[in-house]
Amino acid sequence: MTDLTAKADDIIALTPGQILRRRILGHQGVMIGATALVLILLVALFAPFLTPHDPYLQDLGARMIPPVWDARGGWDHVLGTDHLGRDYLARLMYGARISLIIGIGTAVISGLIGTCLGVAAGFFGGRVDMAVTFLITVRLSMPVVLVALAVVALVGGSLEIVILVLGLLLWDRFAVVMRSSTMQIRHMDYVAAAQAVGCSIGRIVFTEIMPNVVNNLIIVATLEMAHAIILEAALSFLGLGVQPPLPSWGLMVSEGKEMLFFDPYLITIPGAALFVLVLSINLLGDGIRDVTAPENRN
Amino acid sequence: MGERILEVENLTVDIPLAVGTLHPVQGISFHVDRGETLCIVGESGCGKSLASLAIMDLLPKRAVRRADRLVLDGKDILNLPESRMCDIRGNTMGMIFQEPMTSLNPVYTIGNQMIETLRRHRRVSVEDARDRAISLLEKVGISAAASRLGQYPHQLSGGLRQRVMIAMMLMCGPDLIIADEPTTALDVTIQAQILLLLAELQREFNMGLILITHDLGVVARIADRVAVMYAGQMVEQGSAASIFTHPAHPYTRGLLDCIPIPGKTRRGQPLGSIPGIVPSLIGTVTGCRFAARCPRVLDVCATDPPFRDGPAPGQAYRCHLDSTGSEPGAGATP
Amino acid sequence: MLVYSLKRLALALVVAVTVSIISFGLLYLSGDPAIAMGGESATAEDIQAIRVFYGFDRPLVVQYLDWVARALHGDLGKSYYFDASVFDLVFQRLPVTLTLGLSAILFAIALAVPLGIAAAVRPNSLIDRLALLISVMGQALPSFWFALMLIVLLSVTYPLLPPSGSETWAHFVMPTVVLGYYATPAIMRLTRAGMLEVLTSDYIRTARAKGLRPPVVLAKHALRNAVIPVVSLAAVQFGFMLGGSIVVESVFALHGAGFLAWESISRNDLPTVQGLILVFSLIYITLTFLSDLVNAWLDPRIRIG
Repeated sequence: MTDLTAKADDIIALTPGQILRRRILGHQGVMIGATALVLILLVALFAPFLTPHDPYLQDLGARMIPPVWDARGGWDHVLGTDHLGRDYLARLMYGARISLIIGIGTAVISGLIGTCLGVAAGFFGGRVDMAVTFLITVRLSMPVVLVALAVVALVGGSLEIVILVLGLLLWDRFAVVMRSSTMQIRHMDYVAAAQAVGCSIGRIVFTEIMPNVVNNLIIVATLEMAHAIILEAALSFLGLGVQPPLPSWGLMVSEGKEMLFFDPYLITIPGAALFVLVLSINLLGDGIRDVTAPENRN
Repeated sequence: MGERILEVENLTVDIPLAVGTLHPVQGISFHVDRGETLCIVGESGCGKSLASLAIMDLLPKRAVRRADRLVLDGKDILNLPESRMCDIRGNTMGMIFQEPMTSLNPVYTIGNQMIETLRRHRRVSVEDARDRAISLLEKVGISAAASRLGQYPHQLSGGLRQRVMIAMMLMCGPDLIIADEPTTALDVTIQAQILLLLAELQREFNMGLILITHDLGVVARIADRVAVMYAGQMVEQGSAASIFTHPAHPYTRGLLDCIPIPGKTRRGQPLGSIPGIVPSLIGTVTGCRFAARCPRVLDVCATDPPFRDGPAPGQAYRCHLDSTGSEPGAGATP
Repeated sequence: MLVYSLKRLALALVVAVTVSIISFGLLYLSGDPAIAMGGESATAEDIQAIRVFYGFDRPLVVQYLDWVARALHGDLGKSYYFDASVFDLVFQRLPVTLTLGLSAILFAIALAVPLGIAAAVRPNSLIDRLALLISVMGQALPSFWFALMLIVLLSVTYPLLPPSGSETWAHFVMPTVVLGYYATPAIMRLTRAGMLEVLTSDYIRTARAKGLRPPVVLAKHALRNAVIPVVSLAAVQFGFMLGGSIVVESVFALHGAGFLAWESISRNDLPTVQGLILVFSLIYITLTFLSDLVNAWLDPRIRIG
């Protein structure tokens, strides 16, 4: 209690916006994550202008050229070439597009499904809640990787299919988090007040509930984005995700796997890119949670 | 009164914060004798709870405790290492908290938690500890004591849990019990029962009891002596009789005006209140802490007031006004 | 306790039935399974023959009930590719995967729980930061890549461990680390958060006011309360590991059920895939049911409602 009064004194002169900006700029995780993510986003968007090479162009005469830091490498292919002589840097840059599209697409689809289910369960409670909880339990009982692999194998692998399958599978965390946050808000007096003055359910959900749960939604969305990117890479690595010749990072690792013992750069580079991308999204997500709701840090 | 159980001299608690140091307890002194009940009264945030935690050495990690003397049963406990302090807590000195609903561990039975206390400090068999737990539960007015031992906290009501808490702290037969607002969280009907129980046990076990409360009605019934705290300082102390018949400090008088007295307070007459807010205790605070709310504030009140002897023997208060110029019980507040 | 267990069991059974319907339905996702099985060179007569032989011409409900009835007798159908009973195939391979999953979850718990406790006891200390680093890294590390990097490091650069196979315990070391590390961040975060919350609770203050020594306060009064949510999480994570085993086993050529899954999926061997989804789901459902029981045993508030 004494702490609260002190904090109140401390921040009394600042507007909420100023406080938020201060917290964001003072948070290492957010800054590092956001910077890295923006860089990757820019590289993905402007890939054609950043490299003269075509990521699909095979040049069998220039196969397996190592990166520039190797004695046999050269500045023409900064990160070398793969087993078909394709420029590795170009493939890496175009691959960022695939990962980002997968991450965003999946988060949007699963976010829509999960939020609808979770908010409905939290808002209506009772039977609706029981049904949604049951759906979540069933969904959690199905092994994601196995089901995703099986479906992709049956329907055929393509970027759209992978996004759709992952989107249909990864809504559980959205539903769980939205359900519990909605439940908390649901019992607040201002929701009761809105109901008492006769607001419609839709209006209450959009004007009273959503603004209060949107922080949690963003946090889960970043985590699921990262999750989807890793899963796509794993599926593609197993040969049942995005299909060649698309430069998916998981696929690149898979193609380089054969040369593991001789040219480890073929797997180190795309794997490291994957690691950095997922790490920066996670740092940003964790950071948003710290910054918007420091009391929920743990 | 009997021997001196606890002596506290110039106890200070500081909590360093980002914006400066908070001084919730600023050099308070008091003592408790065997067989005596000391009530510490004051409004929320006046530092009474932190003072009691400071005696137990259970302050939050960041808080810094200082004192000139802290003596329990004639032994200095100010500079004891944590391991020796552990031997004293629950043994010669016990504490009862505000929140009976959350103060017992939900995953262990009542019996387990009571027996554990005794066996921590005494070499006794589980059976003997169990017997003592049963007899104490009966003593605090719990029926079917033997079967209660196997129950979990969530199966008991708040009042029962607080009784269990009291029995648990009595397991080792302590010399001193500190009860920090033990009835605030309970129903009004239960409150009186618990407090009378505490008073009764205090007599029976011939302990010292420190009861922290803001309920002056309670104080009037069970206190031997009263200490009044305001904004981290002790502003008045003395025997219960002297405090209630001729309070010397304006704050004490204000507090007494807030309680309705049957027969005296007329129907429709507004109860007393003390206007204003408590000063911030961050950074250096000087002058009388109550000055901003005092009806008789003077220019000198900007300096620290002295401790003066009150109208009754053993009564002391911290004020620039001298006790003769005051009319006891008169409506000093608007 | 009995009523609670029965309720949980009933829920588990309903979930199991639902899961079985879904895994059955997956077969029809591609349209006509007979065409998928026949392959590209099959003639119309071949496909019709397959359809009749496998009973695809019957109504779906009949086919489902038949499948379930046979599954209950341990008959999950016949693998197209391996030309063997799916049930035998799965249970031949399952011990490897269960060994891997068990050692991985134990590895994760052994790493995450002590670290989470230490981090909670001393927030913002060096160990807390280290724990945070491990958890942030763990969440971002793709398991297949981590596996390959370990192979490069521990089998190629320093040949300490065999890169693939499932013959000796040494073959399980790297897979265990990879799979276990994947579950570490979640378990550690939950342990730390639970412990932090418990340590500031009123009953911990009571325990200290009784004069209990700090190790007793921590081990008896704090840990049991903090560990309750971790039990459920560990069960859930074990379930996730069954899925993760597909990736890990295929990298390390560990011949368990995960490897079987990958083989049968890449060969369109639907009955095997179907059987595996069912078995994996049932294992998960059993685990969460058991963890509910363990929690009820740990937490009297669940047991005595």
